[in-house]
Amino acid sequence: MSLTRYAGAAAFMAVALLAVPLAAQEEGGELVQYHAMLADRFANPGWFFVDRGEALWKTPAGPKNATLEACDLGLGPGVVEGAYAQLPRYFADVDRVMDAETRIAWCRQELQGIPFEETAKKAFSKNRETSEMQDLVIYIAAMSDEMPIAMPTAHPKEQEAIELGKALFYRRASMLDYSCATCHSNDGARIRLQKLSNLEDPKQAGPVVASWPTYRVSHETVRTMQHRMWDCMWQMRFPDVAYGSDVTVALISYLTHMAEGEPMASPSLKR
Amino acid sequence: MKMVIKATLCTLGVGLAGLAEAADVSAEKVEALIEAAFAHAPAEVRGRVEQDETLRVCTAYRDNPPDDQWDAILEREKARIVYPADGVLMGDWKVALKEANNGYGWRMRDIPERVVGGNCYACHQLTEAEVGYGNLGPSLLGYGKDREIDEELIVATYNKIFNAQSVLPCSQMPRFGSNGFLTPEQVRDYVAMLLDPESPVNK
Repeated sequence: MSLTRYAGAAAFMAVALLAVPLAAQEEGGELVQYHAMLADRFANPGWFFVDRGEALWKTPAGPKNATLEACDLGLGPGVVEGAYAQLPRYFADVDRVMDAETRIAWCRQELQGIPFEETAKKAFSKNRETSEMQDLVIYIAAMSDEMPIAMPTAHPKEQEAIELGKALFYRRASMLDYSCATCHSNDGARIRLQKLSNLEDPKQAGPVVASWPTYRVSHETVRTMQHRMWDCMWQMRFPDVAYGSDVTVALISYLTHMAEGEPMASPSLKR
Repeated sequence: MKMVIKATLCTLGVGLAGLAEAADVSAEKVEALIEAAFAHAPAEVRGRVEQDETLRVCTAYRDNPPDDQWDAILEREKARIVYPADGVLMGDWKVALKEANNGYGWRMRDIPERVVGGNCYACHQLTEAEVGYGNLGPSLLGYGKDREIDEELIVATYNKIFNAQSVLPCSQMPRFGSNGFLTPEQVRDYVAMLLDPESPVNK
């Protein structure tokens, strides 16, 4: 399985590097071929990151020289399978809602002794590089592959996170007066030639949310949902939003709720 | 214009009051979240996360403010329009056409010395030549063609670009001038790009 994946991924990368500029220049054949390659789940460099994440998860690290295997992602200590599909969720030990990334960063602090702030600083890699968090997050996501998104909503703080996220989705601010809804509440909308998903529509929100974290071809690395939130706000001319803040967790909660039932499809491949 | 928007919403069965209430419930909590999430932002940019009165109203009513708020926004935003010191409102369309294709500026770690662009093409079609345009805003192809380019049209065009909400409350278009994104001197170049008969927009 692993070997087949790697062969596919390597072949993909070799072809993709040639195919992207061709596809951009010409219509028809190359573009269709490129999209077909994008759709091949296992011809995806993201699987390299998954495997690296798995090794990181199981290797002792940090001041406490411990692994992350005892981390409770919501389904009990040590349970990684299916955990991502049921996040964000309320955690009694911190009395707040956490998404997958915030929880993993918290586990690094509790189990390995790596301060949350240190994790946050190094969470997003430069293009063509990766970070421990990117590897860890996509590993945990891949362990929910094909499982329907089922964020729990029984706890009042989970309901509140979804409501707050919705309010934030429509909140206009910063130098361009934009909200998330400015770009993501219309069918068939584009920025330049880039298609924008209408995230008010669960049918569109589902596949979008389920395909994060993703391997971004233009970044040549894995990007996560926290990065997506930060990146959108950066484009909207916001200051850098704090990693794992209640703002990003609430937005991710709302979007995940909109994607309820959609089978997870990470790693995916995006522009 | 207002009537049309309201009529459309009624057709869609959207309850304005319901939306406003839903947004109001958690407004204080939302602001507390925002404050915490940007507490470490540099002082010179932290203010960007806060809403002015106009954006507060637009957010509360999901961009469909009631009549009194509609009028209040028009009045408030009109008062915020600033014109170039020399009073000339038509600049250089060639400069603007470059900036229309430029999305640089005001993001964190953008270099302040570089030219800031209005990035018009992100949302608008402008010329036949550029096919990579977005569609969040209406096409501006031929905006000044076959029109009398009088003082009234020049001022109206300037006002729209400098502060879109001085014309249409809760417009999705940024208030480029009033927000300090573009200077008055840049805005007049954009006016020329839209109105000058020699501009490719009108060819």
